[in-house]
Amino acid sequence: MPFILRRVGFYLVAAWVALTVNFFIPRAMPGNAVQSIMGKFPNLQPSAYHALEAMLGVGHPGSIWNQYGSYLVDVFHLNFGTDVSQYPASVSTLLGETIPWTLTLVGTATVIAFLVGTALGIVAGWRHGGALDRVLPGLMFLQAIPYFFFALILVELFAAKLHVFPLGQGYAQGLIPGWHWDFISSAVYHSLLPALTIVLTSIAGWMLQMRNVMITTIGEDYVIAAQAKGLPSRRVIFTYAARNALLPQLQGFGLALGFVVSGALVMEIVFSYPGIGLLLLNAVTSNDYPLMQAIFLVITFAVLLANVVVDLIIVFADPRARAREATR
Amino acid sequence: MTAVLPISAEPAALPQEDIQPGRWRRMPPKAKVGAVLLGLFVLTAIIGPLVTPYDPSYQNPSPDLSLHAPYGAHLLGTTQSGQDVLSQLLVGIRLTLELAFLVGVVATALSVIVGVTAAFLGGAWDELLSLLTNVFLVIPALPLLIVLLGYLQTKGQTATIVVLSVLGWPWGARVIRAQTLAIRNRDFIAAAEETGEKTWRILAFEIVPNEVSLIAASFVNTVLYAIGASVALAFIGVTNLNSWSLGTMLYWAQSQQALQLGAWWWFVPPGLAVALIGAGLVLLNTGIDELGNPRLRDATSASRIAGRWLRPADPTPVLAEVSQRRGRLAGFLHSFSRSSLLDETQRGQH
Repeated sequence: MPFILRRVGFYLVAAWVALTVNFFIPRAMPGNAVQSIMGKFPNLQPSAYHALEAMLGVGHPGSIWNQYGSYLVDVFHLNFGTDVSQYPASVSTLLGETIPWTLTLVGTATVIAFLVGTALGIVAGWRHGGALDRVLPGLMFLQAIPYFFFALILVELFAAKLHVFPLGQGYAQGLIPGWHWDFISSAVYHSLLPALTIVLTSIAGWMLQMRNVMITTIGEDYVIAAQAKGLPSRRVIFTYAARNALLPQLQGFGLALGFVVSGALVMEIVFSYPGIGLLLLNAVTSNDYPLMQAIFLVITFAVLLANVVVDLIIVFADPRARAREATR
Repeated sequence: MTAVLPISAEPAALPQEDIQPGRWRRMPPKAKVGAVLLGLFVLTAIIGPLVTPYDPSYQNPSPDLSLHAPYGAHLLGTTQSGQDVLSQLLVGIRLTLELAFLVGVVATALSVIVGVTAAFLGGAWDELLSLLTNVFLVIPALPLLIVLLGYLQTKGQTATIVVLSVLGWPWGARVIRAQTLAIRNRDFIAAAEETGEKTWRILAFEIVPNEVSLIAASFVNTVLYAIGASVALAFIGVTNLNSWSLGTMLYWAQSQQALQLGAWWWFVPPGLAVALIGAGLVLLNTGIDELGNPRLRDATSASRIAGRWLRPADPTPVLAEVSQRRGRLAGFLHSFSRSSLLDETQRGQH
């Protein structure tokens, strides 16, 4: 079977596991969403129990397998139920409003961070012991900082003190979202600082990883042979060493994506950025279980889709990936 | 292990020599800095709560002490409700480190169990466990953690530890499985099987002791993950907000608008503490990597001759060492390279 089909099959299994876990969490946890809400608000009358049950869709009729079936059908129709905190808005509507924001910001910033980090890693690996190696400990410090804390510092410095960037939000107040210049320029302006946060905190990880693989690759016989032949450095670096070092880097990208996206979501909270992260915070603070679960599914599917894209790039960039999988 | 000379005539003695943690002098500088940094924080976690100047929850009613900048009596200033930031920090470091350490122990134990079992049983079990590992690697952990903890009525320390451990094992399991597969085919395992040792004995006394360094690296990584995840969860508010951890400090600072009020002394200390602990762990792990893979070490100034960067060929004894202890990605790449064949033949000789 071709490499890419195997990978897609794997992602389908992963998606199914996520769906199933998501289905069983509310049923396996001690108590349920209704009891949890009742516990949080002691003022609620016992009669509210059934109302809450109906609203959250907890007391489903039928056997567990019937419930599972209808749950899968619902998810396929993107029907995640009714929202609790912003009743009667449907969860899908809320998601539809916030996804474009997060996708644009986190997607662009992550790709930029990956490309720049990888390029720096190639240089640092080749110039092993050079200037870039000396700033590595500093970069590791950046890498260890939680995204949201770095965001706090940037806001304090550039927004609160220097007034170079806005304090938060996705666009200036009073603007009506739409495809006109005022809104777009305002949105881009507001997204610069959050994007900078993602790029600066995640760049070190990509760089360090690429540097280490580069160093190992440069030690290989074929690279030494290329150098001994007297090929120009540029050709040795990019065509011989970097191209092969890129494969594990890409695989690492797919695996680390979940971490990056999670970190970026928490960061959105600091900027009050109107994306999924802020929606998730609202869901948590208002015990909005249907929304929480839908967000989990959406983020998981987004990460899985991104992984499929990464695998496609791997196949495109490196025919060995196909050959190796085919011989297994 | 007895002391060995710095340059041993016996090549097999070299790897063990470097693994010994007592050899402080031979540790890469990165590992030293990381260890010292972590040591300071562990010390703070042990002593800190005993020497707090105030009760971290005590709200000083004096209006002067609301959001007071650092000064003599409150070295790190006060919060909006007049609580002492330093006291909160001292208590918070202990709670955060305690949680991260416990998650590290439990999750690493899980990853050893899964990884070793998968590699040793082989066949369908291996496929299944590997699939499970890869699936949980690719599913983003934080949203799942939020859903899981959101449904729990008690979001205390224990619940957080359990949930973080349940989702924290896949990275380690993957690495340990790969290493176990490599060790499995060695002669001494075959010998142990021939002499009729029981499977559990082979696992516990032959395989796991050979993976101690890998398990240590995986533990460090898991602790890093636990700190990051627990702080992020607390920052969102999915935790027991009545306890003082670095995460809850940041939560209160954010929710009470410390940023907008310009109270940097409120949110910088806990965030900086998280960053420094994290940096210490990253440095320690990189140092461990460099210990095993000398190619990753900072090249000394000697390697720069007449303004040209030279790459001397690796000294021969190093090759045997590299194969045993290398970073994850390096190991992955290495297994496809030609020099891995060389390692196998060298290993076979002794």
